[in-house]
Amino acid sequence: MNARNELIDQPVRHEAAAHPAPLWREALRQAFVKLDPRQLMRQPVMLLVEITALMTTLLCFVPGQAVATGVAVQIALWLWFTVLFANFAEALAEGRGKARADSLKAGSQGLIARRQVAPGQYEGIAASRLRRGDVVRVEAGELIPGDGEVIEGIAAVNEAAITGESAPVIRESGGDRSAVTGNTRVVSDWLLVRISANPGESTLDRMIALVEGARRQKTPNEVALDILLIGLSLIFLLVVATLQPFARFSGGELPLVFLVALLVTLVPTTIGGLLSAIGIAGMDRLVRLNVIAKSGRAVEAAGDVQVLLLDKTGTITFGNRRCSAMLKSPGVSGQALAQGALLASLADDTPEGKSIVEYLRNLHPMPEPARDRLTVVPFSAETRLSGVDWEGHVYRKGAVDAVLGFLGLTREQLPEPLAREIERIAQSGGTPLLVCADGQLLGVIHLKDVVKPGIRERFAELRRLGIRTVMVTGDNPLTAAAIAAEAGVDDVIAEATPEKKLARIRQEQADGRLVAMCGDGANDAPALAQADVGLAMNDGTQAAREAANLVDLDSDPTKLLDVVQVGKELLVTRGALTTFSVANDVAKYFAILPALFSGIYPQLGVLNLMGLASPQSAILSAIVFNALIIVALIPLALRGVRVEAADAASLLRRNLLIYGLGGLVAPFVGIKLIDLLLTAVGLA
Amino acid sequence: MAMHDVLLIGAFFVLVLAPAPWLGRFIHRAMEGQRTWLSPLLSPLERFCYRSAGVDPAIEQDWRRYALSLLAFNGVSLVLLVAVLMLQGALPLNPQKVAGMDWPLALNTAVSFVTNTNWQAYSGEAQLSYFSQMIGLGVQNFVSAATGLAVLVALCRGIARRSAATLGNFWIDLTRATLYVLLPLAIPLALLLVWQGVPQSFAHAVTATTWQGAEQSLPLGPAASQIAIKQLGTNGGGFFGVNSAHPFENPTAFSNLLEVAAILLIPAALVFSYGHYVKDLRQSRAILACMLLLFCIGLGVAVWAEWQPNPAWAGLPVEQAGSLEGKESRFGITASALWATATSAASNGSVNAMHDSFSALGGMVPLVNMMLGEVIFGGVGAGLYGMLLFVLIAVFLAGLMVGRTPEYLGKKLEAREVRLLVLSLLVMPIGVLLLGALAAILPAGVAAVSNPGPHGLSQILYAYTSGAGNNGSAFAGFGAGSTYHNLMIALAMLLGRYGIILPVLAIAGGLAMKRAAPLGQDSFPTHGPLFVGLLTATLLLVGGLTFFPVLALGPLAEHLGQLAGLSW
Repeated sequence: MNARNELIDQPVRHEAAAHPAPLWREALRQAFVKLDPRQLMRQPVMLLVEITALMTTLLCFVPGQAVATGVAVQIALWLWFTVLFANFAEALAEGRGKARADSLKAGSQGLIARRQVAPGQYEGIAASRLRRGDVVRVEAGELIPGDGEVIEGIAAVNEAAITGESAPVIRESGGDRSAVTGNTRVVSDWLLVRISANPGESTLDRMIALVEGARRQKTPNEVALDILLIGLSLIFLLVVATLQPFARFSGGELPLVFLVALLVTLVPTTIGGLLSAIGIAGMDRLVRLNVIAKSGRAVEAAGDVQVLLLDKTGTITFGNRRCSAMLKSPGVSGQALAQGALLASLADDTPEGKSIVEYLRNLHPMPEPARDRLTVVPFSAETRLSGVDWEGHVYRKGAVDAVLGFLGLTREQLPEPLAREIERIAQSGGTPLLVCADGQLLGVIHLKDVVKPGIRERFAELRRLGIRTVMVTGDNPLTAAAIAAEAGVDDVIAEATPEKKLARIRQEQADGRLVAMCGDGANDAPALAQADVGLAMNDGTQAAREAANLVDLDSDPTKLLDVVQVGKELLVTRGALTTFSVANDVAKYFAILPALFSGIYPQLGVLNLMGLASPQSAILSAIVFNALIIVALIPLALRGVRVEAADAASLLRRNLLIYGLGGLVAPFVGIKLIDLLLTAVGLA
Repeated sequence: MAMHDVLLIGAFFVLVLAPAPWLGRFIHRAMEGQRTWLSPLLSPLERFCYRSAGVDPAIEQDWRRYALSLLAFNGVSLVLLVAVLMLQGALPLNPQKVAGMDWPLALNTAVSFVTNTNWQAYSGEAQLSYFSQMIGLGVQNFVSAATGLAVLVALCRGIARRSAATLGNFWIDLTRATLYVLLPLAIPLALLLVWQGVPQSFAHAVTATTWQGAEQSLPLGPAASQIAIKQLGTNGGGFFGVNSAHPFENPTAFSNLLEVAAILLIPAALVFSYGHYVKDLRQSRAILACMLLLFCIGLGVAVWAEWQPNPAWAGLPVEQAGSLEGKESRFGITASALWATATSAASNGSVNAMHDSFSALGGMVPLVNMMLGEVIFGGVGAGLYGMLLFVLIAVFLAGLMVGRTPEYLGKKLEAREVRLLVLSLLVMPIGVLLLGALAAILPAGVAAVSNPGPHGLSQILYAYTSGAGNNGSAFAGFGAGSTYHNLMIALAMLLGRYGIILPVLAIAGGLAMKRAAPLGQDSFPTHGPLFVGLLTATLLLVGGLTFFPVLALGPLAEHLGQLAGLSW
């Protein structure tokens, strides 16, 4: 995470004071703004609470109620607090995402773009009015007015505003580096860009839409959960509404205010109030990973992914072959081989050459000649060798056949141990290089594709979560298999073509699995579109960015793993709080029912397991607990429940224990404590 | 409790559970049209049925057609049955010259038998002709149970099939359920009951002179055939008014054991049939474990409560050995409590004792069993499809906690499924709480109550729970014969039956169309002790949160009041 991001990356687990002051102050203001019933329509459970709060408030003014006005007023207040707390949670989640979006947006205010009217002719137009298909010219020092594709020119672009990476990147027409993002700055030369997004559809706009409660589209699972919460609320409405007739039959009358209190404590306010905040916070976590989701649906699908298609290069390996070992020829000293290899590579600026130098510097530090005293012999297509001439000595390295040809040897004349080693290297998927000095064969260098450190453990973790990884590579099957074994992937597609990738995705989907992949090239676009979760690299082609449902601004393919994690956390958090919310209701019955029925059947006082002081204090304690638990759970909702790498059964056991059993027990303790406090203070 | 009580309970479990795996496999094969040992005998008959009804056995139906066929069949049955009951005075096989029923009672009775509830607001020996018993109720005893079985296999196919548009053919499922499952079990049971002394005769009542010298008329009739299917088909509508407490309906201890075991025989077996449908018997074992757990809790409470002395007599010089009021002394306390638990767990509704006279807690056990939605074994087919709805609810509630969109056996539970599940969840609160509350405040409703205080509320609750749960048993003191209750309980029964069947078929249709993700270690585990616990907790939580307040005002207040020395 880069420095600029840290500003909004404050840990949430501390109380609100730990936030930069304006964030929570704005959230507090928004909590009241969101009382507008039109906004609450999106959270039906909270709308119900607001209606009951309104009703209770009105009842406070009706004289002759069975409940003392002091108690009724307190209940009404706490009902309002319940709604406000839920609104606050949503506003807080929104604020964090919006702060980031706003900082990105700031640059584009009042930006004037140069739109092409005819070839060579331009007119000034507000950037916000650019439509898809417009062509604009951007000169050095100017901001690119919108997302688009370079159709002419080549330029260095500083994308720090989006990626936080300060080094400029090259953008040019054609090829795989043609996409540009709005609000990034051209630092050299000029570009002709075809705008690809209408106003309101740009990357930035999408980002903002995902973290704004009122505009956010609910994800499928959220919709389903909403239906369940409404259903539960309906059941409890029936339970509470029919209680009055049953009580009358039993010869008593229940105070309306208490019935309202019972209803609000029973309906799933905890999850109902935090559901929106959980969703927004999840998107915000993605945004902070510098991944932009085009829809919440994709993030949710990421949690369900069972197969990951990962490009070998850049994701699993560093993408360059690196020196990993050397073997000397019989009769040659190690010192001689090391010196020969070092000199042959000193002037080689390819990643392979550098890796040899690095390897030797670590292993055998030795004096190195100054670069200007070397006569560099660069790699050429004819000799297929590179090296240096130094103080009359000739150092060369190259592919086996090239060096043998240089020395005038045949394969059969290779010393036995070297021949065996070369064979072994080739079979393990590596590349053997021979080194020679002054016509003498010194030994062989083992170049291999190096697997990124830690990636193997990451895959093992994914496997425990039930996710299979498939490595996609253009290498031959032999090389591919060797790297696959080293990285610990489950399967491999060697000699991959875009068609092969697409076919594999279709086949996995036909078997009922959800597939995620990442890609950047134009030829990846069909596969990205076909995959359930497609992560495009921001520095890739516009075609790939449009086909994918997620874009990684840092262009780091390993982000896919983080996206899966965020998706899972999002689902677990929702499930945990739902379970917690429903389990809470048991204790509330034991608090409220004995209080409610004490006038009808005093013998039901046995159900007052918590020994709450009086009927008023019992009901008040339950409603206070119900409101405060929302506040207490805001940090969890925003942070998300951590998902450990474990099989489903252990995850379930753990979470059921914490949120199911915990949800059963916690309110017994909480309500009792609040009751003690209220009685001590004399509020009930 | 004596040794014979323990033996009875042991024998009951053996008779229910021992044949279940075998019978479950047989039912699966029979319902899927595979060859069974009965095929040589029955398949010509089966083909004849299809030919004469014009059903093409090769055609399958999607869920809408399936549901429409079911509703059409049940609707026609309802109309015919109302007609038979109202016109029985003019129909044959009426040696006792019973008059036709008035329409509210006829409607109530017809709804009751078509919905497999068998709530009886009438007394069989006094108000029904043999024709009504056999052609009217007897036929419905078979086909209403077969309907439940058909819905269950449609749901099983929905869960098991992948990317399929159809669920099977209702007419075929109905025919096979009747021919291969119900008839082959009912015939031997009827014969066993005849052997034990149950009448099976068209003769008029016999007249006897009692020891006091009074003339007594003992009604006979074709009872054994009716009683066998009444128990096996979880119907419960007795041939005689007092049901299996009547010596002609349940003459011996052996017939009592057979009848009580017959209640749960098919529901227990169906759990295994389900395992064969989804090709995973671990699912069956988990569901069975949950059912057994809840059943044993209920049985334990009922037996314990009935053996308790009556607290009202605590200070009096009376020696008490449990409560015998309302129980047949031929069967005693344990056999009555066992029957009450089984009949309410399985939406059967037959009784061998009067539940109204049970202790407050003993009577609460059948009440709670019904309130949980009749899913502890439950009715033929109906119990398991109701239980599977709870399985889906449990999976949706807790499934998110494994970090995936909730899936059951690889099929995603999405908004459509949840909407339908919620609809089915609303059935019991509406049927019991809403209709019950109406009965508790409207004068027409309250008039039926025979006890003051909390027990009166229990009577109302029991009646509407029994109706909505399609059970059919009653707190007999409740005067259910009024027009108001005849119509309202009929409404509860219709709601309880079709308010579940339609969502079940819609869910089945939706699930059948889905692809299934292969099961792996990332899948939500729906077997094993953890899931059994989760499922049990979900059932108790949903049922408890819905009904705990009214239970507190009814049986709990009654029990706690008695302990405190109160009486009403």
